[in-house]
Parts: sequence; C-alpha cells; structure tokens
Amino acid sequence: MERPLTEHLRVDGRPLGIEEYEKAGGYEGLRKALLQMTPTEVQEEVKASNLRGRGGAGFPTGLKWSACPVGSDLRRPRYAISNSDEMEPGTFKDRLLMQANPHQLLEGLIICGYAIDAEIGYLFLRWAYMGSAKSLTTAVREAYEKGYLGRNILGSKFTMDIKMHTSAGRYICGEETALLNALEGIRAIPRSRPPFPAQCGLWGRPTVVNNAETLSNVPHIIRNGAAWYKSLSPSSDAGTKIYGVSGRVKKPGLWELPMGPTIRELLEAYAEGMQDGYRLRGIIPGGASTDFLTEAHLDVKMDFDSMQKAGSRLGTGTMIILDDKTCPVGLVLNLERFFARESCGWCTPCREGLPWIVKILEAIERGEGEPEDLDVLAWQSQALGPGKTYCVHAPGAVEPLQSALKDFREDFEQHIREKKCPWKTKHG
Amino acid sequence: MLTDEERQAVEKEVEDCECPQSASVEALQALQRIRGWISDEAIRDVAPFVGMSPEELDGVATFYSFVFRKPVGRHLIFLCDSLTCYIMGHENILEHINKRLGIGMGETTSDKRFTLLPVSCMGLCDHAPAMMIDEDLYSDLDSVKIDEILEKYP
Repeated sequence: MERPLTEHLRVDGRPLGIEEYEKAGGYEGLRKALLQMTPTEVQEEVKASNLRGRGGAGFPTGLKWSACPVGSDLRRPRYAISNSDEMEPGTFKDRLLMQANPHQLLEGLIICGYAIDAEIGYLFLRWAYMGSAKSLTTAVREAYEKGYLGRNILGSKFTMDIKMHTSAGRYICGEETALLNALEGIRAIPRSRPPFPAQCGLWGRPTVVNNAETLSNVPHIIRNGAAWYKSLSPSSDAGTKIYGVSGRVKKPGLWELPMGPTIRELLEAYAEGMQDGYRLRGIIPGGASTDFLTEAHLDVKMDFDSMQKAGSRLGTGTMIILDDKTCPVGLVLNLERFFARESCGWCTPCREGLPWIVKILEAIERGEGEPEDLDVLAWQSQALGPGKTYCVHAPGAVEPLQSALKDFREDFEQHIREKKCPWKTKHG
Repeated sequence: MLTDEERQAVEKEVEDCECPQSASVEALQALQRIRGWISDEAIRDVAPFVGMSPEELDGVATFYSFVFRKPVGRHLIFLCDSLTCYIMGHENILEHINKRLGIGMGETTSDKRFTLLPVSCMGLCDHAPAMMIDEDLYSDLDSVKIDEILEKYP
C-alpha cells in the first residue's frame, strides 16, 4: 500500500530536512511543473486527479484553482495561501504533516502559486502549533537557500516569495474569508460571498486558500500523474487521506490510508477496538462540526460521498469515539460551549443562538430541563442551519446537536425525567 | 510609552509585512512577549505603528484569545477543553488544578506564579488529556503527572 504523504517520515519524529526530502523525490514535482508544464496544465492535472479539499468541505481543488481569472492585464500581486490554522476539535492531522514533513507542504504551496500565477504565498499558522512554526520556518529558509523560492525558481521565469503569519488563536480564522481579514490585520470576521476569494481575495486580489493536507498531496500528483493518484484509492474519492481515531480506544492515532476505509476498519484494525470496560455509543466522524453516527454505521466508508449518504460528513477524517461512560448530553454541551465561545459575533443568529443552546443544555445536564426544551433545541438546529447565517460556523455547530437529539433521544429524556445526569451518579 | 527595545520589536513586525495594518496581531504579540500583557496604554502606543486608530486595534486585540488585555501570571497554563480531552477526563484534571493552585479558569494565583486559561483543541487528541504551559506541551495527563509538571515552573 502506497503512503505518499507519510512514508518518508523520520521514525524519531523530527522534521524531514531538505536533503532527506530531496532524496525521497522531493521538489521533483515542482521541477516538472516549472520546466515541463504550463500553469493551465498543472491545474488540469490537479483537476483530473479528483483531489478534494482536506480541510473538511471536500471542494475539488483543481476547480478552486481554475476559478482564478487569467490574462495579461491582471491586478497584482496574487496570492496562494496555506490554511494551517488547524483548530477543529478532535483533529490532529495537519500538525503531523506540518511538523514532520514541512517541505512537502511548501512544495505544494509553490506549485499552487505557479498554477494560479501567484507571486506571494502565505503560511497561516496557529500560535499553539509552535513546533510546526519552527519546522516550517527552517523549511522556508532551506528552500530559499536551494533556489526553490525567490527569483526565477529553478531557472524558470517563475518568482515567488513565502511569508508566514502567526495567528493569535480563534477558530473562525480557519474559515477562508475570515482568514483573509486576519491576514489584512482587521477583525477576523467572515466576508460575504460572492465575490469568492479566487476573484477577490486578499486585498481584493485573486487568492486561493487551501488546507495544509490538501497542498501536501499536490507534489505527488504532479510528480506521478493524476492516473496514479486515482489508482491509490478503491473509492470514488482519489488518493490517500490522513485518518485518525481518538477517545476511549486501545490505540488512538493517525494513519495514512487509501480514501474510503470503513469506520469499523479504522476502529477495530487500526485503533484496536474499545478500551476494556468501555462500549461504543457514537462516532463523530470528522471533527466537532459533523453529525453523530452510531453502531449501525460501522460499515460505512469514510469518503466524502458515502459519509454524506449516511447523513454526516467526512469533515477532517479524524473521528472521535463516544463511549458508554461519557454522558452524551455532557459531550454535546462541551461541543456547543466551544462553538458559542468561538462565534465571531458578527451575525445575530450565531451570536445569540449558540449561547441560548448552551444555557438549555446546561439546565438539562443540571437536572433542571423541561420536556419542551427538546423542541426548542430541535427548532434551534433548524434556525441556525445552512443559509440562515453569514458563514458555516453555526450550521456546523448544530450538526452534532441535531443528530444527538435523534441518536441519544432517550438519554436527553432521562435527564429531564429523573431531574439529574445519570452519569454523574453512576460513574462518580 | 514604548521603550527602545519595544519599539524595535514592533517595527520589525511592521517591516516584514506588506502593509503596516497587516502586522497588527503580530506587533501586539511582539510587545506582549516583552511585557506579558497588552494594556490600554499599549494599544494607544502600538496603534500609530500599524496605521490604525486605537479603537480599531483594540477591536483586533480583543478578538483573539492569545492577546491578553489583563495582566497574567509568570507562567500560563493552557488546558485543552475540547471534546476528546473532555471524554478522556478533562474535568478531573481541571478540578485537580483548581484545588492544587486555588484558582479557577481565567484566574491568576495570588503569588502571580500561574494563570489558568482554557484553550481549544491543540491537536494532541491521541494523547489526551493535554495542556500547554508557556511553550511546553504535556499530554496523557493525570493528577500525579500534573503535580510533577507544575513543580518545574517556579
């Protein structure tokens, strides 16, 4: 089984240096792109590879790139941005890729820059990821020294510089238009779309924002071709993906696998099943803002289309396991507190609705819930759903809520009926 | 008033940026590294360097959890409170720190040694529960481990 993203990682966990990366075929993709391909050909190759965004939304990457206007009378500079602000609760995949293989991401970003004719790249980093920042800072310096960045890269006509921005910690900065405002130095609230960043992004210039894992795939696609990339996966989604499992399992961790392993395979073969004394109750498949799935879904494939058919989303592909000794109401409260705290406050439904949801859930968890509260929560998950707010923060927040109301209905009702949290008495 | 060292730190961030305003967060972080926190006066002092009014800059400063608009202790404990850490025993860890240091979330010990702050998922979910003290990461936490770790920060 091929694992292009992770097969060359060092066993000691230290970042792969530029020479080690080159020995493993690193920067050959960039060389091929710059010296043998036109920017349009690079875009076409990525389109043909069927690479879809790994940040959670699954938008086709090549399509995103091709939305940038072309022509000789363009406003400049144009921008290629790596969204490295990983902050989706339960997600820990980009940390691995940025810290252990920084050149792979950098090469992907430079190829993206070439494909969309951008002369400036940004690495948008999270302050809490200090190890990634260190490893990427070194990688950028090494890439300049070796001529992979700067003027006339590898003797071509292409010139590109990369800048780093360290954010000061807000989840919303991972939303691509909020990220643009953050880079411009203003309050990082999302922007209205259209216009989309590809036409009018950073300082009004054409801009592409891609997730760090998405960009890490690009060098391999260019080096080995779209057909090879598609052949990596038996599912309708191409390539490999970094999957993860966390919670009360025997061996939590990350694994690079062909797109589309089943939930069961990840849980049983890779995470080695539940810890002794714990039983599986629910699965949040791809980070905090995805709908719960249950035991009935164990044989569903973890790819974009299959997860959607099952009523959830692949999201970031890092699943969180809910066990029988954790109160589902308490867990949903934890999730909604996170979303309420991280709401940017710009639009009313999200700013007012999320704290309202938190208050109701707190009351239920304290044993002060009323039967009508469940109707209010169900109504809220509609009122904050897609299309009702400025960005997808609130719709993401109500995904686990609406599914928990269905999957764990009896647990919510028991809290209200018995006027207490059954877990608080049962498990200390 | 900024000292020479502080002014240089702020100017360095502005120089590296495409336009002064885009350095606003980083300029505040640079000053915070020296002073520990960002006072109202600091907002007024930094604003002209990034071409913003103090009010606009404060709008940015108050937006971020890592820009401290109140004094903090010598060491910062960032305790992850996201869902995997919640499943893996975050509440017990929090209770232990509360008892041990006598402070709740957002509070500073009376000797100004520690400030305890919540942080969203730090990407250490395979080793939850996790926390960060200053720039050091700690994972697979339990109460015994926490006691040993806290001793390292005088």
